[in-house]
Amino acid sequence: MTAELSSPDPASAAPPAVLRRGSSSGGGGLGRYVLVRFLLIIPTVFILVTLVFLLMRTTGDPITAALGGKLTGPQLQERIHEAGYDRPLIVQYLEYLGNIFTGNFGNTLSDNRPVTQVLLTYGGATLELAFYALIVAFIVGIPLGMVAAYFRDRTPDAFLRIFAILCYATPVFFAGLLLKLVFAVWFQILPVAGRASTGAELQMQFLQSKTGIYLIDAIQTGNPDVIGDVLSHAVLPGVALGLLTAGVFLRLVRTNLIGTLGTDYVDSARSRGVTEFRLVRKHAYRPALIPIITVIGLQIALLLGGAVLTETTFEWKGLGFQLAQYLQARDFVAVQGIVALLAVIVAVTNFIVDIIAALIDPRVRY
Amino acid sequence: MTDTTARPRPRRSLATRIPLFAQVRSSIGLQRGMLVAGLVITGVFVITAIFAPLLAPYGFAQLRADGTPFGAQEAPNAEHLLGTTVGGYDVLSRVIWGAQTAILTIVVSVILSIFAGIFLGLVSGYIGGWLDRVLVVVCDAIYAFPSLLLAIVMSIVISGGQSNLFGGILAASISITVVFIPQYFRVIRAETVRIKSEAYVESAKVIGTRAPRIVFRHVLRNATRSLPLLLTLNSSEALLTLAGLGFLGFGIEPSAAAEWGYDLNKSLSDVTSGIWWTSLFPGLAIVLAVLGITLLGESLNDLADPRLRGRRAALDTGAPAPDNGAAPHGSAASGQAVVADDRATTNDEERVS
Repeated sequence: MTAELSSPDPASAAPPAVLRRGSSSGGGGLGRYVLVRFLLIIPTVFILVTLVFLLMRTTGDPITAALGGKLTGPQLQERIHEAGYDRPLIVQYLEYLGNIFTGNFGNTLSDNRPVTQVLLTYGGATLELAFYALIVAFIVGIPLGMVAAYFRDRTPDAFLRIFAILCYATPVFFAGLLLKLVFAVWFQILPVAGRASTGAELQMQFLQSKTGIYLIDAIQTGNPDVIGDVLSHAVLPGVALGLLTAGVFLRLVRTNLIGTLGTDYVDSARSRGVTEFRLVRKHAYRPALIPIITVIGLQIALLLGGAVLTETTFEWKGLGFQLAQYLQARDFVAVQGIVALLAVIVAVTNFIVDIIAALIDPRVRY
Repeated sequence: MTDTTARPRPRRSLATRIPLFAQVRSSIGLQRGMLVAGLVITGVFVITAIFAPLLAPYGFAQLRADGTPFGAQEAPNAEHLLGTTVGGYDVLSRVIWGAQTAILTIVVSVILSIFAGIFLGLVSGYIGGWLDRVLVVVCDAIYAFPSLLLAIVMSIVISGGQSNLFGGILAASISITVVFIPQYFRVIRAETVRIKSEAYVESAKVIGTRAPRIVFRHVLRNATRSLPLLLTLNSSEALLTLAGLGFLGFGIEPSAAAEWGYDLNKSLSDVTSGIWWTSLFPGLAIVLAVLGITLLGESLNDLADPRLRGRRAALDTGAPAPDNGAAPHGSAASGQAVVADDRATTNDEERVS
């Protein structure tokens, strides 16, 4: 929500400044934009990875943190030496950078698995959750935003704006807990936690082409019960996380629609006798949607942060849930690896979103 | 804009100079309702925090009264109006004490990030060059990153993940600060870059004023107009981040202070067995506190922005319309001088009073 009120997001604001020189020459705008925007990923990822490395290392070595109480002094020293944490920091750093460059984010300490494998195993679940959340956000946020703009400054608008603020003010985990309490415990119409019931998970286990994304797997089994089971598990987490973003969308659509409704071309349509409803529905709403695409980029970061909390609330075994587990185990190698990986994911998604925004709205390119 | 300046300036009585009073007066209908609601909720929140020792029936870490333990997971009753938690604490007391922790964290984190952000923004914007470029790229990178994850990393760094009394509050605050610095940095830097080319700054340079004096006297004073808005927004975000950290087990130990996020984490398993009071009340406390602060910030933002302000409301207090840093400055070029002029006057008055 700050995105809308403070300055525009960095990703979309930075490139035009860089591009200004080239834009006057015309031609090749999009290609150039994509290239420059792509090159900007590198410093972003580099800075975040460096920052995470330096910060995590200032606390000392991860082995002491994870096993400090469990091993004797000499044993600990031996483990530290084996893992190379007694070498100069700069050597460790360069090695770390080199490893990341080749896609190696290190091995977890607690269960000794490559971080990339953790990502492959659990990433699908987080992706699925984020997908459901975005759907909820679109279904709830955009129509309600249009309604709020249509009824500007009247009672429905007041309720919708307060609803939007409530969406933002409610921490996802509290929303999750409430939903769970009402729909899973009191009414017992939806499952309490998890991604699927054991039976459904077993059926999906034997699939040839498992994706880890349960919805796709469930469709592959062709069993409507399994699909229903997977979907019913997705409702509560999807709504809890989706409402957070829905509030942002609602406000954004409302503000932008009100802005567009005051433009000359809408005014001229109004003067020709087009009804207010049709103005909102046909004339003003398309241009008002463009900022949403830009903001989705920022929402990805918010969704990932929210996913950590939502997954913990619903025991949704995704990256966030796993991250929380590693945090509890004080396995800071795993934490560092997952956080660095997420930095890459956020940077790349932002890139893709910016390109889509540039394709749709030529003004972004210049 | 010209219309505003042509009208005789309203008499500025003491009452109108109290912050927020003018905004309440100039608002109408829904906006006034939201502003007043925000003020009331935030006021209750602050008062609860200050008088927590008097309001709370028990201490936040108290497990027994008169030698008898409270008992765990007791439903709300006469002794414990909101029941007890799984750890045997009184829910009501912890909710009330939690306000104190929340306020402390908000205050510390906002103060820290304002100072750091303003300083970096001023230096970066005024000096420019490679320093500016590096700082901008670093801040953009941090800004684009999930703030909760960054806060987790920071809290590991600061407290190793385990927190005690003020160490915990400080750790949470600093974690949140790191997330916020880029926001203040961006706003202040943008303003600084704009103000740097103003005539009065050039005049100061010409008469040989030293850079620090120019920066702090001429630039800073004119660059801070959008801060109050950012401040309220960040306060609510600080609260949510603190709760998020607490929920993930990076909060403050229950014996050191009461923290709503921690209590919610502990109530996670209660919910499944239908115990609602341990999660509902700390959660509602978070929602209400964030709601109050957000309503306040929102209304101030709307009142300051002519495009969003209620149609009949005319905010004419002599204060400039603090744009939020996102509005294109070029579009208001004609009005800019008037605003800057106005601002200088307001500053003088504020200094005198």
